[in-house]
Amino acid sequence: MIFLNINNLNVSIEGKKILNDFNISINEGEVHAIMGPNGCGKSTLANVLAGNEDYEVNSGKVIFKDEDLLNSNIEERAQKGLFLAFQYPVEIPGVNITPFLHASINSKLKNEKKPELDNLSFAKLLRKKAEELGISNDMLKRSINTGFSGGEKKRYEILQMSILNPELTIFDETDSGLDVDALRIVAEGINKFKNPKNSYLIITHYQKLLDYIHPDYVHVMRSGKIVKSGDISLATEIEASGYQKF
Amino acid sequence: MDTRTSQTLDKYAQDKYKYGFITEIESDRPQKGLNEETIKFISKKKNEPEWMLTWRLNCYKKWLKMSDPQWANLKFPKIDYQDIYYYSAPKGFEEKPKDLSEVDPKLIETYNKLGIPLEEQKVLAGVAVDAVFDSVSVATTYKGELEKLGIVFCSISEAVHKHPELVKKYLGSVIPPGDHSFSALNSAVFTDGSFVYIPENVKCPMELSTYFRINAEDTGQFERTLIIADKGSYVSYLEGCTAPQRDTNQLHAANVELIALENAEIKYSTVQNWYPGDEEGKGGIYNFVTKRGLCKGKNSKISWTQVETGSALTWKYPSCILKGDNSIGEFYSVAITNNFQQADTGTKMTHIGKNTRSKIISKGISLGYSQNTYRGNVSFLKKADKARNYTQCDSLLVGNKCGAHTIPYIDSKNNSAIIEHEASTSKINEDQLYYCRQRGLSHEEAVSLIVNGFCKQVLQELPMEFAVEAQKLVSISLEGSVG
Repeated sequence: MIFLNINNLNVSIEGKKILNDFNISINEGEVHAIMGPNGCGKSTLANVLAGNEDYEVNSGKVIFKDEDLLNSNIEERAQKGLFLAFQYPVEIPGVNITPFLHASINSKLKNEKKPELDNLSFAKLLRKKAEELGISNDMLKRSINTGFSGGEKKRYEILQMSILNPELTIFDETDSGLDVDALRIVAEGINKFKNPKNSYLIITHYQKLLDYIHPDYVHVMRSGKIVKSGDISLATEIEASGYQKF
Repeated sequence: MDTRTSQTLDKYAQDKYKYGFITEIESDRPQKGLNEETIKFISKKKNEPEWMLTWRLNCYKKWLKMSDPQWANLKFPKIDYQDIYYYSAPKGFEEKPKDLSEVDPKLIETYNKLGIPLEEQKVLAGVAVDAVFDSVSVATTYKGELEKLGIVFCSISEAVHKHPELVKKYLGSVIPPGDHSFSALNSAVFTDGSFVYIPENVKCPMELSTYFRINAEDTGQFERTLIIADKGSYVSYLEGCTAPQRDTNQLHAANVELIALENAEIKYSTVQNWYPGDEEGKGGIYNFVTKRGLCKGKNSKISWTQVETGSALTWKYPSCILKGDNSIGEFYSVAITNNFQQADTGTKMTHIGKNTRSKIISKGISLGYSQNTYRGNVSFLKKADKARNYTQCDSLLVGNKCGAHTIPYIDSKNNSAIIEHEASTSKINEDQLYYCRQRGLSHEEAVSLIVNGFCKQVLQELPMEFAVEAQKLVSISLEGSVG
């Protein structure tokens, strides 16, 4: 099975080219990190994979689980097992996570032709996962992301990931805006739910997050494409001497 | 806005109304038109005492000299008062049926279809219902149990006979018939509605509810409701409404008066789902409603909660007169307009007593080509020392052909008054939709979820039995689906 294969992907927004013959292959169970300076197209990659309609795909192919990903809309991609942990999770006032995530997981189960979860089993699952992440019951009662600190929002993303159990999770600069402690808590959360069957694509500026997560591969991205690939030592190199040399 | 969003919105704009059926039943009606004879006919049908008829006729005389208020942000042709039936009752309703065996099964079936079972074994748990069909009350459930506590819950026609002293004392005491043309009109021709009296220190153990149904064509409904909460008592009352789908506009001009004496509390909730007209704006109810509560005694409280999703036109301002010291008035509102609906709704808080407090939370949602106006009037009279008001008005626009307007009036004659006002207008947020869809929810589910979240502050004020219903109604008002 081809898990994820991106082949010569060209993407633009309002006529401006952002991804330029972008290529990557990710197998089941692998952890990849993409590092790159501001404006190199990292976040565009994340959003294009999620199906954000603001971007225009000019050419190229994306195969996810043997299927053409670009033919599906946002929710279909999510239901197929693609999860985007947002850089800035949006606040949704008045909407509680329980019905929200319940509808979310049921949409995925329905797509997989599995029985949907009833209220009680879902509530149990949510409470269990929240507990494992150290998220209080109080926080579960609040509206989604509303009035949350940066760290709380990211933990909420991880809680959602842990419940939906997606085959591919993309972390879009999950470390941005977090202090060292929050970063550690988030990284621990990711590690806790990391699962050898699932794959991860971690997009980041800094090495810090990778110190905790230990990716199998590190890629350097510049001007809309990957310019170098290697292992974790590449991240150390970037931390020491910056992106200039790539 | 992306194409997907506009497609979903177009789908919403073709909203379907699921209560649009007509009950085929023979009705008893006078000639069309309004004159003294019509009023005498209504009064006679109801077998009213002389004083009631005199009151009606005086109100009619007042009405003749008045013209309809013009200040609302509503566009509609002049109402032809001579082209309306003022009374319509299913045949054989000279006397209210004593029990359901005397009621035409078609009527019972109608209420079953509306989700309001009247049969003893099926009645809603914890809710006593008074069912009003066109101009008459069909049945009232749980009456006996309420009577044991001294609570009076009956139709206003019955109250005129059985509790004339209370009716005489309070009818028109909060909404003077001469207030404006619709109050005068209602006072002259009111047909039925509910009457509630809660005795001193009694907390009404169940929700009291009236369900209004307009069925007959070209018929106006002029309901009149009067609720009196005596010292230290409490009552929660809920009103629901629907009407069949018809091409012509129908008039609904209700008057509701609430009186809370010392330490009493009245909670009044409305889920208004009159037929709103079709997607081209044809047909639908003209809803001109006057609702006013008087916090007469010290420490009394009146709270209005409304979910307005229906009607072609809504003209409605549930208000509180805060006369007793330390009394509290609240207004929670969700108004959703779609297609060509127009709503001009809000509240009036009049602070008279010391330390009176009022709170206004209004959520307006506009879709399609609709116009949604919040109009509020908060005033502080000279003696209203240390009174305070908090107002929050939020508008949500879905699509770009609709309009939202906020018109707050504030008038203070007392320097110690504290007034806070917050207002916001926003479009449905694409980032929120993206987020929800990334979690696997469809576009439609996402919109419904976000709008329900936007209204939550108000929906949670509804009695529990109805909060879920209201939430569904909000979704249906947005969706194209027949729930």
